[in-house]
Amino acid sequence: MTEFPQNPSTVYYFGTCLSDMIYPEAGMAGIRLLQREGVEVIYPSRQSCCGQPAYNSGFPDEARAVALAQVDAFSGSNAPIVVPSGSCAGMMRIHYPLLFEHEPDYFRVKRFSERIFELTSFLRHSLNATYTDKGPPVTLTWHSSCHARREMVCTEDSKALLRQLANVTLVELENEHECCGFGGTFSVKRPEISAAMVKDKVRDIQNTGASAFITGDCGCMMNISGHMESRKNPISGHHIAEFILERIHG
Amino acid sequence: MDKPKKATFARAAARALADTQLRDNLRFATQSLRQKRLAVFDDPEATEALREIGSRIKARGLTRLPRLLEQLEARCQKNGIMVHWAETTEEANRIVLSIMEAHGARKVVKGKSMVSEEMHFNAFMKDHGKEALETDLGEFIIQLNNEPPSHIIVPAIHKNRKQIGKIFADKIPGTDYTEDTDILLATARRILREHYRTADIGLSGVNFAVAETGTLCLVENEGNGRMCTTVPPVHVALMGLEKVVETLDEVPPLYRLLCGSATGQRITTYFNMIKGPRQKGEKDGPKEVHLVILDNGRSRMLADPQLRQVLQCIRCGTCLNHCPVYTRIGGHAYNSTYPGPIGEILMPQLEGLDTKGELVFASSLCNACSEVCPVKIPIPELIRRMRNESYLKRGKGVIPGHGFKRNAVERVVWKGWRYSQTIPMLNWAMLKTLAIAGRILPNVGPLKAWTRVRTKPVFAKESLKQLTRQEGIRHE
Ligand code: SF4
Repeated sequence: MTEFPQNPSTVYYFGTCLSDMIYPEAGMAGIRLLQREGVEVIYPSRQSCCGQPAYNSGFPDEARAVALAQVDAFSGSNAPIVVPSGSCAGMMRIHYPLLFEHEPDYFRVKRFSERIFELTSFLRHSLNATYTDKGPPVTLTWHSSCHARREMVCTEDSKALLRQLANVTLVELENEHECCGFGGTFSVKRPEISAAMVKDKVRDIQNTGASAFITGDCGCMMNISGHMESRKNPISGHHIAEFILERIHG
Repeated sequence: MDKPKKATFARAAARALADTQLRDNLRFATQSLRQKRLAVFDDPEATEALREIGSRIKARGLTRLPRLLEQLEARCQKNGIMVHWAETTEEANRIVLSIMEAHGARKVVKGKSMVSEEMHFNAFMKDHGKEALETDLGEFIIQLNNEPPSHIIVPAIHKNRKQIGKIFADKIPGTDYTEDTDILLATARRILREHYRTADIGLSGVNFAVAETGTLCLVENEGNGRMCTTVPPVHVALMGLEKVVETLDEVPPLYRLLCGSATGQRITTYFNMIKGPRQKGEKDGPKEVHLVILDNGRSRMLADPQLRQVLQCIRCGTCLNHCPVYTRIGGHAYNSTYPGPIGEILMPQLEGLDTKGELVFASSLCNACSEVCPVKIPIPELIRRMRNESYLKRGKGVIPGHGFKRNAVERVVWKGWRYSQTIPMLNWAMLKTLAIAGRILPNVGPLKAWTRVRTKPVFAKESLKQLTRQEGIRHE
């Protein structure tokens, strides 16, 4: 079980490379949710990517170099590091120690890894965040990234936050346990299989009757929404931080 | 060099994906196997504890494998079982052939054995004028249809009842088409009974070989394993050398893990414990029992602490049933003895990355396999290791055929990526470039693969780095 620090005054924020390139508003929303709980958020400007693309593709040396750059960027203090993605958080919390198992930097990296928390778990367990829904009634479904579910085990935390929103009806997704087919470079290295997976995921989302799906990972969102848009499917995808922020502002 | 093979897997996968009947059969069968497993392993804490025990038993066994194997050999010999060592599959085939020749045998009935598939045993026997007959129902069906198994536990998982009825009608003379399972079973039974009676040799696999007692354990549901190991005058058991366990006490937890994971059973219909040939005064059982222990690259795996973990596998097949790739393309697309996640980490070690390396890229690394593996093999970690070895310089890796995918383009791309993610100025420049020129990126390479079923990603005009600065978030 992860131990969560209680009501820290300051946190670091790792925005992820996807929010830098494609979804800055989702990244920003996570910061706002943290600030709302009275926490000072520091954004180290030298941060970039968690290194997972190279790590998963068979290039651990490159992944290590990028990982070390993050360890350095966040070395200003021992404040917790909050990450708005189960996948990137899993990489930094669980895989960094494996990646550096036989490296001289192991202990430094390990200490860094222990400071990593996924955003929704952190909001729930460290900050006891509570939300009042100001939005109109809406029916949604939740898609969990594989690493949010199986590495960070934060799916229940994300759902618990959504359930606080009184006007939101959360419909469970059939085959929720199953990968959407993103898998980083998998989606372009095995496009035929990835396509079959995302098609099935969209079919399941459609079967819920929800008008939107919410997720905690921009990679899945880009994959699923990208497929929906290409099929002119009106269901929209939202990052959980952006969605909550919108609901509590009305 | 890898081009044709790559195309083969991609093409086979695409063909499987387009086969709606196959997709339906696989979805239905694997879903029901997953549900059955979950019904047995319904207490997450107890399941986790059992998996931990299973994992430790197997891992511990591997740390003392040579000793256990010697002990197994000595015990078996004491029990009257003749033990043979085979370094390669060719050797293993020759050993069985020589046993057959010594008995003037021409017909062998087979219980289910993945090692025999690894050996391409049936083809070898055919080439040497011998008849090898499958008696496991699934194997029987696909042998009729001249196909390899598509699953390590459910060999005919890709076929539904109607298709099986048709195979029976087409391939068994005098059989009418029926979808009635009872009639199909009765037909198979009638044919198989006759074969048991007339076979010269019975062949089986081994699920656990107990070093302490020299006992061969065989797990099955149809009774065909028992027939193969008791009716013919000679029984030959085949095992990979990782199947040895130290004590009898270790069998029950592994057995529970195996049947729960494989078929969602608490216990199988048959559990055979074979301790040797027919003894004086006994009325049945084979007169001779042989055990063939196959290496085929396993001792090389054993030498590497990470790769060794693959040898913990108890061949339950549940990683196949939970894999989003396997459940969509089925086993044949892998064109390998072992398909699915276990195949991805085992086949390249058995046959070389240069031959089977494409398999290690057939995964989204979703961790569904490692979540359920009864002996907790970290399959995704091993896939990453294999991907890494695929790009290593010759001599820098330990898996045969490593470096098969090494190429200048990818090397340069990842180098460039690395600099763009470690040098802040370059990162800034990259984000700027994407913001300005992202929209007009040419639709080639990875982007083309992406946009086959998705819209192009829209790059942000302002990165989160810029946005946070504008919004007055403290930078450091
Ligand atoms: S790798 Fe694990 S899940 Fe897959 S067949 Fe082997 S034991 Fe079963």
